[in-house]
Amino acid sequence: MSKQPARTIKVDILARVEGEGALYVKLKGDVVQDVKLKIYEPPRFFEAFLRGRHFSELPDIVARICGICPIAYQMSAVHAIERALSVEINPSVRLLRRLFYCGEWIESHALHVYMLHAPDFLGYPDAIAMARDHQAIVQQGLRLKKAGNRIVALMGGREIHPVSAAVGGFYKAPSRSALKELVDELKWALDASLATARWVSGLDFPDFEQDYEFVSLSHPEEYPFNEGRIVSNRGLDIDASEYEENFTEQHVQHSNALHSVLRGRDSYMVGPMARFNLNFDKLPEVAQQAARDCGLQVPCRNPFRSIVVRAIELVFACHEALRVIREYEPPPASRAPAAAKISTGQAATEAPRGLLYHRYELDQDGIIASAKIVPPTSQNQKRIEEDLWHFVSQVATRPAEEIRWKCEQAVRNYDPCISCATHFLRLHVERD
Amino acid sequence: MAVRIIGCGNFDRGDDAAGLLVARRLHALGVETLGVEIIEQRGESLSLMDCWLGFEHVILVDATAPCGTPGHVQVWNAHADKLPEDVFPCSTHAFGVREAVELARAMNRLPQTLLIYGIEGKQFLLGAPPSLEVERTVVSVVERLVMQVSDLFVDTPQSPPRDIFG
Repeated sequence: MSKQPARTIKVDILARVEGEGALYVKLKGDVVQDVKLKIYEPPRFFEAFLRGRHFSELPDIVARICGICPIAYQMSAVHAIERALSVEINPSVRLLRRLFYCGEWIESHALHVYMLHAPDFLGYPDAIAMARDHQAIVQQGLRLKKAGNRIVALMGGREIHPVSAAVGGFYKAPSRSALKELVDELKWALDASLATARWVSGLDFPDFEQDYEFVSLSHPEEYPFNEGRIVSNRGLDIDASEYEENFTEQHVQHSNALHSVLRGRDSYMVGPMARFNLNFDKLPEVAQQAARDCGLQVPCRNPFRSIVVRAIELVFACHEALRVIREYEPPPASRAPAAAKISTGQAATEAPRGLLYHRYELDQDGIIASAKIVPPTSQNQKRIEEDLWHFVSQVATRPAEEIRWKCEQAVRNYDPCISCATHFLRLHVERD
Repeated sequence: MAVRIIGCGNFDRGDDAAGLLVARRLHALGVETLGVEIIEQRGESLSLMDCWLGFEHVILVDATAPCGTPGHVQVWNAHADKLPEDVFPCSTHAFGVREAVELARAMNRLPQTLLIYGIEGKQFLLGAPPSLEVERTVVSVVERLVMQVSDLFVDTPQSPPRDIFG
């Protein structure tokens, strides 16, 4: 009997993802022997940094965890502290937080759809090469992203690492007239998002579906950002305070990011596909119709179609931002007072990449005694490896370079943020 | 003639502040009175293209990755040189100065002239001050920029600007 040839496929540095990671695939003949998503970016110890700090410092510190989703970190943090200290926020502040999150989703999704993921589908190594042939498309993506940046800069004081979020609200609430200055560009962005959805729905998608457990927030009246119960398509329905009873983190030797699993079950998926599948009926009609026009079905189980789902969420975020601006009345006070007490608070919000869980224990002076942060990428990490096990099997007969390309694309389906998860990517494929 | 100097960086990351320090020193010296706009760019690099929109002549100053000679200055003419990989520290999702310049080149959105000063950093630690080597280089780069900008404006308005980027 002839011995099966062995192949190792490596991506030593995964491109177009945030942070440092690598991918290792080992094949015996065309059978997958091992897949490892290696996150070697050093641990960042943010949870330890937070111990001993006053809760009021929290929003500014956690914003530094990520340059692309600082608002998500701020929102999960302030909601957890508000739950711990029983702080009631003004309805206008609640609206402003939704607008703030719209800005982050628009800039993050536009960046990923146009600059990070589209080159995979169009056969370019990166957005720079793509821009030489598709100037108008890249130009549209950059303008869309900028529309999101403008919301973040207005709400947060600056585009990166905003500084306005506070426990109880914001340090300063914008005027109606300041928000109205965003309207024209957001109307353009809504039209551009619809065009984006039409464009990406025409891309060529691998025939690949998996039986995922989708996990996201669910709110009775709205597509989720800041509030809601944590639900799944397999019956999970819990409050954020029950998160740690239902999810656990595991250390694996090949990664500096912990793998999250559902206790008694296994891997799961968070992010745009999970939100879309679990909350389709909460999308505004314009986004639902756009999804139908794009041929998206609920549930969507092909992770490569996540680029279309992100475009639908762009439609949602632009539409929602315009709604908030229409309805906004400045609050009497930009933030509610918060009195320190011994307490524990948990909250989960929807970062662009998915569910982001925070828990804080406070002492009588409001000093943080312990902190726990579970970012979306560490929750998706095991699921990414499982996708690769199945996907590599489908493409194992192809040349190593093509396998490498497709594996990177499969990882980017999740828009992983390794810096957050180590607080990710090189591909290595080995055959023996 | 519209001229802009862009100082890029981050004050909270050691020598990553180099470009910002240059911008601040130029401002303190009143270089704007020569008709030059000076801005600090601390946001994401994809916004850089917007920073030079409407300007014919742009000088961009940023820190470069450590390479054993902290404070060493390299100058690239964007129209003549392709920026090297792995020299400029990347920001979120691997978009840094190099990517912004190369994206602009691909989209024909470079200004008429774009000169990029890279000041080699020694360390980029969170919360650390800039190194002495970089602080010294900031002073000499500012002197050089003042001379270049002054040369640019010596000419009468009717005459074309000198090709300081040649």
